[in-house]
Amino acid sequence: MLKVPYVTGYLSEHFGDDGFGTLSGYEARGGYRGLRQALDTSPEDLIELLKSSGLQGRGGAGFSAGMKWSFMPTDSDRPKYLVCNADESEPGSFKDRILLERAPHQIVEGILIAAWATGAEKTFIYIRGEYAFPADQVDRAVAEARERGYLGAKVMGKDFAHEIVVTRGAGAYICGEETGLLESLEGKKGLPRKKPPFPAQYGAFGMPTTVNNVETFSHVPHIVCKGADWFRGFGTEKSPGTTLFGVSGQVQRPGLFELPLGTPLDEIIFEHAAGLLEDRPVKGVIPGGMSMPILPANQLDVPMANEFLRERKTMLGTGGIMVMDDTTCMVRVACVISYFFRDESCGQCTQCREGTGWMNSIVERIERGAGEQSDLDILLDVAGKMEGQTICAFSDAAAWPIQGLLRHFREDFEAHIRGKKCPFPGSFEL
Amino acid sequence: MVISDETRSKIDAEIGNFPQRRGALLPALHLVHKDHGYVSTDVAKELAEIFEINPIDVMEVVSFYNLFYDRPQPRHHAHVCTNLPCSLRGARSLLRRLESHFGVRAGEATPDGKLVLGHEECLGACAYAPMMRVDDTYFEDLDFEKAKTILDGLE
Ligand SMILES: Cc1cc2nc3c(=O)[nH]c(=O)nc-3n(C[C@H](O)[C@H](O)[C@H](O)COP(=O)(O)O)c2cc1C
Ligand code: SF4
Ligand code: FES
Repeated sequence: MLKVPYVTGYLSEHFGDDGFGTLSGYEARGGYRGLRQALDTSPEDLIELLKSSGLQGRGGAGFSAGMKWSFMPTDSDRPKYLVCNADESEPGSFKDRILLERAPHQIVEGILIAAWATGAEKTFIYIRGEYAFPADQVDRAVAEARERGYLGAKVMGKDFAHEIVVTRGAGAYICGEETGLLESLEGKKGLPRKKPPFPAQYGAFGMPTTVNNVETFSHVPHIVCKGADWFRGFGTEKSPGTTLFGVSGQVQRPGLFELPLGTPLDEIIFEHAAGLLEDRPVKGVIPGGMSMPILPANQLDVPMANEFLRERKTMLGTGGIMVMDDTTCMVRVACVISYFFRDESCGQCTQCREGTGWMNSIVERIERGAGEQSDLDILLDVAGKMEGQTICAFSDAAAWPIQGLLRHFREDFEAHIRGKKCPFPGSFEL
Repeated sequence: MVISDETRSKIDAEIGNFPQRRGALLPALHLVHKDHGYVSTDVAKELAEIFEINPIDVMEVVSFYNLFYDRPQPRHHAHVCTNLPCSLRGARSLLRRLESHFGVRAGEATPDGKLVLGHEECLGACAYAPMMRVDDTYFEDLDFEKAKTILDGLE
């Protein structure tokens, strides 16, 4: 079943409309006007426009898209590439899938504008292997765009050549990390690279490359058509625009909601997602995909933008909001999270490979009732040593949620240790 | 030759998409999985020749990715997502009941070789939980009866 957001904005207003996925339907609703306009603008001016719009990457790290584009060298004749990161595997995130399924031309248009701005000759759209149906939609859109002369030797008749290659991953979370992705694109194991050099210098096949997320590209045509001021009319001063919040877990109306950045978390949960099942109280909420630390029930007033979330020691990430009710055992949550990271670590760095394993064994022991008080110190010690020392940010992403759980729900862990069993029999099954 | 001419020409077309030959290795592996369901030693040898690398390089890549296999597979893969959002909505109880319905543990194939029942990490369908992936298709908003009907109906 094709899914449509419950609350829509400029990105998703036509998602309810099956025609929007086709070239003619997309054009009938204003599609590809942004590309036409962009091709009449100089690359420098386009990059300036993107910078002044304040668009931040929507893949998790929130880096300025315009800045990133400006890092691409302009004085070399080496081929330059773009990568559209459609590997979406951050637990709790499903927005990119819906964008791929319902609006592939919006992505293609954003890519072509970015290609003109950065001088890239080719884009690789790297789609996670499990997304077979979304990949078919993108394949079809790319073929339509090529047929229409929007790809190829003369894009829209201009002296500008571009090609898009759609390629698929094969089931490895680490290939979402941009340099792991680049290795995978080169036909290798997806082992992240040491940085520097950064992709803008040494990217896909050793060439200058810019990697952006599916949603990041999707905003671009709207910014080009309607301007930076219009874009800044949504969201907060520091975090402009809307985003697709995905709400999952124990709410009445789980789904996707396109809302301005800075929308308060409690508004999203109680208004848009219609509150919790059986009207139970909230125990905790993970605000931005599994890598982001949890927030307890008394912090749901936070506006969903990084400048506010950082004050609460968490981040927007991918905007995947997971809601847990009062029956939830937070040690079980730690078991599920740490199992995931243990399973997905690529194993190159000792801290990450060993640390994810240790954390998982310790929390599972605590859940079984065999934990000791000193385990909590070990957990925090291990998590601390995993931060900021590894080849990629996966290790930090594995440590943060465990630190967050201990920061806000230490009592759950201690109750298991004291009582030598799980005190939450009504919690979700492990 | 174990790789068919048709697949071989598709692989050659993929090679044309990449600035270096080896870029087409993952696309080629997807193609041979469509035909054979896994990468046999013979297939690995042929791929190694096509990509001008060693068979062990092919197998290293195969072993890194969850969707590639180095041995024959049952006719279907049925994987229930057990990551947090799905678990919060009963995915693990669903998996338990499917395990007992088919008389296998997660990760095992049914004796008739029809399917392997497994669990998987988040599949990007968290709001439509619980869900499972059967081969290339997602089934969402499941309960035990729905899941059982889908799986019983497989050839
Ligand atoms: C472990 C890990 C997994 C990641 N997975 C994804 C992903 O699936 N999709 C994505 O767009 N970015 C992912 N990222 C972020 C990318 O490395 C990169 O920052 C992003 O694709 C850049 O695009 P943006 O600037 O448009 O956000 C991941 C990062 C890490 C450390
Ligand atoms: S931090 Fe973890 S996932 Fe990243 S490169 Fe090191 S071992 Fe691999
Ligand atoms: S947690 Fe099951 S699809 Fe995301």
